[in-house]
Amino acid sequence: MTSEPVTAKTTTPTLTPKSRRRLPPEVNILLVLVGIALIFEILGWIFAGQSFLMNFQRLRIIILQVSVIGIIAVGVTQVIITGGVDLSSGSVVGMTAMIAASFAQSSTWARPVYPALTDLPFFIPIGVGLGIGLLAGIVNGWLIAYTKIPPFIATLGMMVSARGVAKWYTKGQPVSGLTDQFNFIGTGIWPVVVFLLVALIFHVALRYTRYGKFTYAIGANAQAARVSGIDIEKHLIKVYAIAGLLAGLAGIVTAARAQTAQAGMGVTYELDAIAAAVIGGTSLTGGVGRITGTVIGAIILGVMISGFTFLRVDAYYQEIIKGVIIVAAVIVDVYRQKKRKV
Amino acid sequence: MSVSPSTMAAVRASGAVPQAEYLLNAENVRKEFPGVLALDNVQFRLKRGTVHALMGENGAGKSTLMKILAGIYIPDQGEVYLKGLPIRLKSPLDALENGIAMIHQELNLMPFMTVAENIWIRREPKNSFGFVDHGKMYEMTAELFKRLNISLDPESQVRDLSVANRQMVEIAKAVSYESDVLIMDEPTSALTEREVEHLFQIIRDLRAQGIGIVYITHKMNELFEIADEFSVFRDGRFIGTHASTDVTRDDIIKMMVGREITQMFPKEIVPIGDVVLSVKDLSLKRVFRDVSFDVRAGEILGIAGLVGSGRSNVAETIFGVTPATTGTISINGTPVKINTPTQAIAHGMAFLTEDRKDTGCLLILDVLENMQIAVLQDRFVKYGFVAEKQIAKACKTMSDTLRIKTPNLQETVENLSGGNQQKVLIGRWLLTNPKILILDEPTRGIDVGAKAEIHRLISQLAKTGVAVIMISSEMPEVLGMSDRIMVMHEGRVTGFLDREEATQVKVMELASK
Ligand SMILES: Nc1ncnc2c1ncn2[C@@H]1O[C@H](COP(=O)(O)OP(=O)(O)OP(=O)(O)O)[C@@H](O)[C@H]1O
Ligand SMILES: [Mg+2]
Repeated sequence: MTSEPVTAKTTTPTLTPKSRRRLPPEVNILLVLVGIALIFEILGWIFAGQSFLMNFQRLRIIILQVSVIGIIAVGVTQVIITGGVDLSSGSVVGMTAMIAASFAQSSTWARPVYPALTDLPFFIPIGVGLGIGLLAGIVNGWLIAYTKIPPFIATLGMMVSARGVAKWYTKGQPVSGLTDQFNFIGTGIWPVVVFLLVALIFHVALRYTRYGKFTYAIGANAQAARVSGIDIEKHLIKVYAIAGLLAGLAGIVTAARAQTAQAGMGVTYELDAIAAAVIGGTSLTGGVGRITGTVIGAIILGVMISGFTFLRVDAYYQEIIKGVIIVAAVIVDVYRQKKRKV
Repeated sequence: MSVSPSTMAAVRASGAVPQAEYLLNAENVRKEFPGVLALDNVQFRLKRGTVHALMGENGAGKSTLMKILAGIYIPDQGEVYLKGLPIRLKSPLDALENGIAMIHQELNLMPFMTVAENIWIRREPKNSFGFVDHGKMYEMTAELFKRLNISLDPESQVRDLSVANRQMVEIAKAVSYESDVLIMDEPTSALTEREVEHLFQIIRDLRAQGIGIVYITHKMNELFEIADEFSVFRDGRFIGTHASTDVTRDDIIKMMVGREITQMFPKEIVPIGDVVLSVKDLSLKRVFRDVSFDVRAGEILGIAGLVGSGRSNVAETIFGVTPATTGTISINGTPVKINTPTQAIAHGMAFLTEDRKDTGCLLILDVLENMQIAVLQDRFVKYGFVAEKQIAKACKTMSDTLRIKTPNLQETVENLSGGNQQKVLIGRWLLTNPKILILDEPTRGIDVGAKAEIHRLISQLAKTGVAVIMISSEMPEVLGMSDRIMVMHEGRVTGFLDREEATQVKVMELASK
């Protein structure tokens, strides 16, 4: 044993030239998607004797189904990045579908509301729908920012109330006989176009604008964000307003696709949207998440539902499995957080 | 260690473990993070009943080594021995059960729980129904505080405590484990002299009981006062261990930095301009009262005082974090309303807060995102879009000026060493080109070399006409850098001292008036 002072052998630090460029996190999620699709492909050949993927009609349905949830999920992702949650989007879909559709009915139909109206140009029902969604979002945001009640509670309240409005609006009657102009947005590939456009816009907004930087900063540390000069209250209202606006847009697309509106439209969509975000890598603790991930997350959900139907898995089982997947995604998130902490 | 494994096994089998030479030692330890070799073949040897200081620049690997000894990181290579026997610690809990406790560089208390709940977390006393026995817990806390001479209410919520008091709670918590080894990572970075003295008393008592204490600090005078031995690290390498009586301050600096530092407080005396910020009869209910002062362009106003004197609260109020109950703030002679930090920034203010974890760092975001966040209020943004290239360039320049040790600007701030996180926050505010710069403990956790560098920067800013307010618990810093010193005590201003007349004694007198 040497006595003091001890001096080290001279060794030079050998820094391994390990590349610091990590793969974007979406790559993992994309691999999960490919994996799931391949599993269904194999199971398809085994149990149904046909291909799962080589079916244009099926792919079309998947992508259409994904579009509505995807539009909502783009807004919900931004909310979750700030560290909040939005439970109201499914009900807002129902509410805006009903109200927008009531302005889109053609004059040949008996109208439950506004019987005197004649055919209105398409931008009026769309404008009304977007406005209603925006308003719902602003109310959410205002409640959360200024009364400081938890987002869970504020949006839960909106979830119940908006559904109530949807039912009260026509006393439960569906709104049918919509103008072709209005229905156009729900035909063909248009819902997908709307979805991808929305995703692109907010992908850019989150990554390259001040709005995006502030959104992440608030989710990472709201106190520090405030001291750095971010008007947190104003910003939260913006984020929830956008989420509401997008839920409104989803409501319009839903009604146009169905060519009718019912008060029950959009039930549990909020959960699917949250699931898409979380599966796509958005962290429920805030500060982490990307639109690209959410898009892939929504597609994963769509593929799974379609796959189970294709394999004739009972609808009840489907729901159970979906629940398991959502919980699994959150567990993965918690695990990621824990690993980060070490 | 020169004992072969077989000898070791034989000794253990015989059941007669001799009093090992070291209480805790680590040999040939290596730890690599992606892109960073944090520890390269280092050793560390702690003797029973000694205080062993760890010295080294920011990012030298001190905290990493201690986290290995506390079971948080697993070394890539090397051995850790506890009382001469090799151990492999798998978790912090594992370390605690083996008698190794650690106080971390950043505070780790739950703000919404009481002091007592924080101290006894996961070890709460239970009553016969299996529920937490709160009465007993408060009693145990009171006893612990009495032993350590801490006067805090065990039932108060942690979020209501000042940073210094939180630090004392952390210290009490660590002591409560009754461990053989106590590791303290920069425990005094948030304490004023009075609490530091208090802490040293606690340390001396523990040392007398035979406990081994590891003490990380950047403050040289503390080393001579409390440490028996010290080890120096540089760039992840072990430089040497010496008795603290054998060396001078300059020797240590040279070992740490690899060069000499000539001037510790490079304060330049510059012509003082007009009044920029004027505060009149500012009060915040139940916190501070009737605070009035002016700061002029080019002036550095130091604010001194003990913990709880309200220094940080005054800064927070001026910056709009907690708006004043009464009083006026004027900028360039015009009264202004400042109710939010956003407004303060619009008036050209910048505010480096005291607690980098709570109100400073966006820990999960990267260096670039952390540095740019305040400046995005007005510059580098066009039609809402961030000018990525320009801002990245500005941040890179700032990062180089401050010599932030990070593999690149895309590194998560959480992975930076404490001192480097502090530099990121300094950079965040310097980027905003403030006219009024408020600094609360600016060099907290920053090494000697970098400290001189940051002092030079502050001086240069003053020279360009910035009005600087600097709160500091480090007496040499306040005395060395300030043109004028305002001293506070229990929420009141007790006096001003000019640079020429200020001495440590005079400041302390006013601070306890
Ligand atoms: N979890 C981590 N991931 C990646 N790099 C890390 C991690 N922890 C530490 N490092 C890096 O390892 C090096 C040593 O860090 P460490 O925290 O041990 O420094 P330190 O000596 O305690 O510095 P300071 O005086 O600033 O506290 C730094 O370059 C740091 O960036
Ligand atoms: Mg450290």
